[in-house]
Amino acid sequence: MTTSDTTDAPRGNGVTGLVPIAVAASLFAYFCTFLPVIAAGDVARLVWEWVPSLSISLSFYVDGLSLTFALLISGIGTLVLLYANSYLAGHPQFGRFALFLTSFMLAMLGLVLADNLIALFVFWELTTITSYLLIGFGHETTKGRRSALQALFVTGAGALVLLAGLILLGFTAGTFELSEINKMGPELKSHALYLPILILILAGAFTKSAQFPFHFWLPNAMAAPTPVSAFLHSATMVKAGVYLMARVYPAFSGTEVWIWTLTIAGGFTAVFASILALRQTDLKQTLAYTTLMALGTLTMMLGQSGGYAMTAFVTFLITHSLYKASLFLMIGCVDHGTGTREADILGGLARAMPVTAFAAALAALSMAGLPPFVGFIAKELAYAGSLEAPSSTTLMAAASLAANALMFAVAGVVAFKPFWRPTGGEMPHKPHEAGGAMLLGPVLLAVLGLVFGLMPGLIQGALINPTVVGFMGETADPKTLKLWAGFNVPLYLSLATFAIGLVLYIGHGPLRAFLTRADAAAPNFDRGWDSFLNGLKAFASWQTRIIQPGVLRYYIFATFAVVLIALGGTLILKDAIPGAPDLEGITWKNVALMVLMISGALLTTVTDSRITAMAGLGVVGMGVAVIFIVFAAPDVAITQLLVETLVVVLVAVALLRLPSLKMTGHFAFRPLDALLSAGVGLVVTLILLAVLATPIDRRLTDYFEVTSWPEAFGRNVVNVILVDFRALDTFGEIAVVVIAALSAYALLRTTDKGPARGIPEADEK
Amino acid sequence: MEALLAISIGVLVAAAVYLMLARHVLRFIFGLVLISNAANLTIFTAGRLTEGMPPLIELGQVAPDPGVANALPQALVLTAIVIGFGLFAFALILMFRAYTTLGTLDSDEMRIAEPREDDA
Amino acid sequence: MSSIILRVGTRYLAGLLIIFSLYMLLRGHNEPGGGFIGGLIGATAFVLYAIGCSTKEAREALRVQPQNIAMAGLGIALLAGIAAALFGDALFTGQWLFIGASETDKFDKGLPLSTVLIFDIGVYLVVFGSIIALVFAMEEEI
Repeated sequence: MTTSDTTDAPRGNGVTGLVPIAVAASLFAYFCTFLPVIAAGDVARLVWEWVPSLSISLSFYVDGLSLTFALLISGIGTLVLLYANSYLAGHPQFGRFALFLTSFMLAMLGLVLADNLIALFVFWELTTITSYLLIGFGHETTKGRRSALQALFVTGAGALVLLAGLILLGFTAGTFELSEINKMGPELKSHALYLPILILILAGAFTKSAQFPFHFWLPNAMAAPTPVSAFLHSATMVKAGVYLMARVYPAFSGTEVWIWTLTIAGGFTAVFASILALRQTDLKQTLAYTTLMALGTLTMMLGQSGGYAMTAFVTFLITHSLYKASLFLMIGCVDHGTGTREADILGGLARAMPVTAFAAALAALSMAGLPPFVGFIAKELAYAGSLEAPSSTTLMAAASLAANALMFAVAGVVAFKPFWRPTGGEMPHKPHEAGGAMLLGPVLLAVLGLVFGLMPGLIQGALINPTVVGFMGETADPKTLKLWAGFNVPLYLSLATFAIGLVLYIGHGPLRAFLTRADAAAPNFDRGWDSFLNGLKAFASWQTRIIQPGVLRYYIFATFAVVLIALGGTLILKDAIPGAPDLEGITWKNVALMVLMISGALLTTVTDSRITAMAGLGVVGMGVAVIFIVFAAPDVAITQLLVETLVVVLVAVALLRLPSLKMTGHFAFRPLDALLSAGVGLVVTLILLAVLATPIDRRLTDYFEVTSWPEAFGRNVVNVILVDFRALDTFGEIAVVVIAALSAYALLRTTDKGPARGIPEADEK
Repeated sequence: MEALLAISIGVLVAAAVYLMLARHVLRFIFGLVLISNAANLTIFTAGRLTEGMPPLIELGQVAPDPGVANALPQALVLTAIVIGFGLFAFALILMFRAYTTLGTLDSDEMRIAEPREDDA
Repeated sequence: MSSIILRVGTRYLAGLLIIFSLYMLLRGHNEPGGGFIGGLIGATAFVLYAIGCSTKEAREALRVQPQNIAMAGLGIALLAGIAAALFGDALFTGQWLFIGASETDKFDKGLPLSTVLIFDIGVYLVVFGSIIALVFAMEEEI
């Protein structure tokens, strides 16, 4: 197999190239086994419990729609992986690429087969992440990174909105299984939350499927390697949004909001994208915009409710995936063989690349909607679907006509002109044909476009009818796919399409110049994106300066202020402020102890001497120990006394080598801090008094007391609790002690010593 | 007595918070010691106070005498004291290391992780 | 810190403290005491030794790195907890063996051995090792 004679003989990719192909091919074969089941009108469902408590299960559902998608994904995936194996032969990061692409394919399959809303969302996000990695495969370039991030942000933000919608939907419907939800159409449509759910779900679908005004990320995503573009941006990922709309079609369609939103957004995107497609000179960019057009058309079809529109949706879905993937792969061959993708330079390639030219011609004829290709049937059905629409006939027909005529012209620019015009400009390489593995994909897909056109029965019964029935229920009337439907309005519209398209193709040079000028004057979403991001970054750094000034005191102040407000506020709101405390039975001994402790604390607070502060702390610690002794806690008292001793030792070692507490001017009285401290102290007292005013629940203690000897054979209840009843807790606690000790030890031992920034006080301003 | 202790705890907490809001890191650590003492006392007091009857079972009996001190908060406080000591030691050493590395004990001047805007 | 009285005194005092700490550890299940208190007392013994003589001598007397003692203690406590699983109980359930227990007197349990005691020994070692590691490091580095 020779892929190229201008580059060094490429190394093969070995097993990393072959395994993904085998995986994809076997998946395709597996899904083919479902064809008879689905054609017979059945569905298949597989369920694994995942998080049953949240009614999240890993359930899969195979019906006409998901099988159509699954076959497209695995089938085109096989061909694309085969193609990529040659296209990126010997690429140092091929293993990574194959992993990303295969993961993406699996995630996409999960997405179209998932029946559970949450599972669907997880797969949805997996496709977002894997496509981010794929678009950013050329991460050495700024453009690649920017495009990948842009796609991630736009689709990721949409996905978050979608998640909200899906959760809302799940709770509204009372089930998270799509197959159940779709049976509840009438209830959902009259539900008060219908509109919010619809808006949230559509936002997710529109961002993923790049509908206007979220369209700008898709052309940028062409920074990815060509096989990626062929896979992600024609057949699969961008159709995820369309898939989602189709999936929830039985539950949501038919309302005014649904019809008008989808019709207008889809129609506008279709026309707008076809115009921009004609403006491009890079062939890959041109195809990217035509993909937008296709997504718009699909969205518009989904807005309708007639049999023609639904049949057209499925037919065009299949048709578009076939010819678009073929064309993307073809562009890759051209790029590979000539070193450029510029429409103005390429020319006369038919002689050097006959097979590519053949594939391109077949695919382009399908794209242009000429008979006897399946594209023609799809277009006829789409026109019929527009005409049967009850409310927006003219709008739809006009949008379809404009978009299809422009497609006709674009098909000529992309697939006819580079091959058949006599000569082109100077190309970087001498044109040469691509290898067999690279040609198999585009040729096969293009030929399928012709085969399905001649024998539409192949897809009619197995895929199209079950899908339409899935949309419309048992009353569905799937229309028959046929090349000749008699002299009718769709046929005349088709003829008009060809005529306008031909004129546009002939005049596309001057037209493009005009469009370029117009485009430069129009608002640019891509640049708008940049200024949006810059604004976001500026806002982030502004609010970071406010929230994170880097001054420890402010953080602590904020923390305690929150404590004060949350606790104090709760006390006031719950009207739980306790009455005057009961001071009966207090002895002078007790009062003296409290006075001692309080004076120790206050001494620590006001003094500037380290020794005095330590003495104050010692007084408090010993006071606490005495309280433990007096109130019958011998174990605790012993522990407290021992710890107090050790604190003194540590402090004696460390503290006396630190500078004194005096820092000129810093330790004036701080009224605000004092106010906060007093507030926090007051709240703590009030809460404790409120707790003491309620009866104590001694059930746990009683249990420990009763079982301590008979079951745990210990007469010191405190110790039995520590080492037996609550041993797991104690284990966690001693683990904390070890970690604290080891961290402190590491801190002392491993960091470099000595002042790195000179002598402390000298640095003070 | 519980009420009196509650008031004292309030004062300890107030003093601790005031210390923790100081710029001098050493004062912060003093505040830390105080507040952990206050927290231990809070748990202990919330379990009610009993004078002179520790939660021990006399030899020859199967359960402690009725009315002994509540054992549960004692167990909680006991581990809390040890952990509090671990935290104190760690904080002290961290502060000491910060002092030898940064040359200051003024928390406003410790700005390696979040430098001032004009330095950044 | 080089007072001869202190130096001589601490040697004996430290030894006594260690014995006392073991006493506190072993009686802990029935009287005030236990792993935490015993560990703290044991640590105090070596801290006193380090202050009275020198950290170097204290280390030599200890022979093992204190942080290793702490880790070993954590491991022993964990094993004591896992041991319950061998007897088919939930983790950290105490397992008891009464050597020479009287059949008739339910208060005569003979010599009780248990995983609970092993767990408490683990606690003792953790507290003992951790505190000594901290104090020694501070003495040496600061």
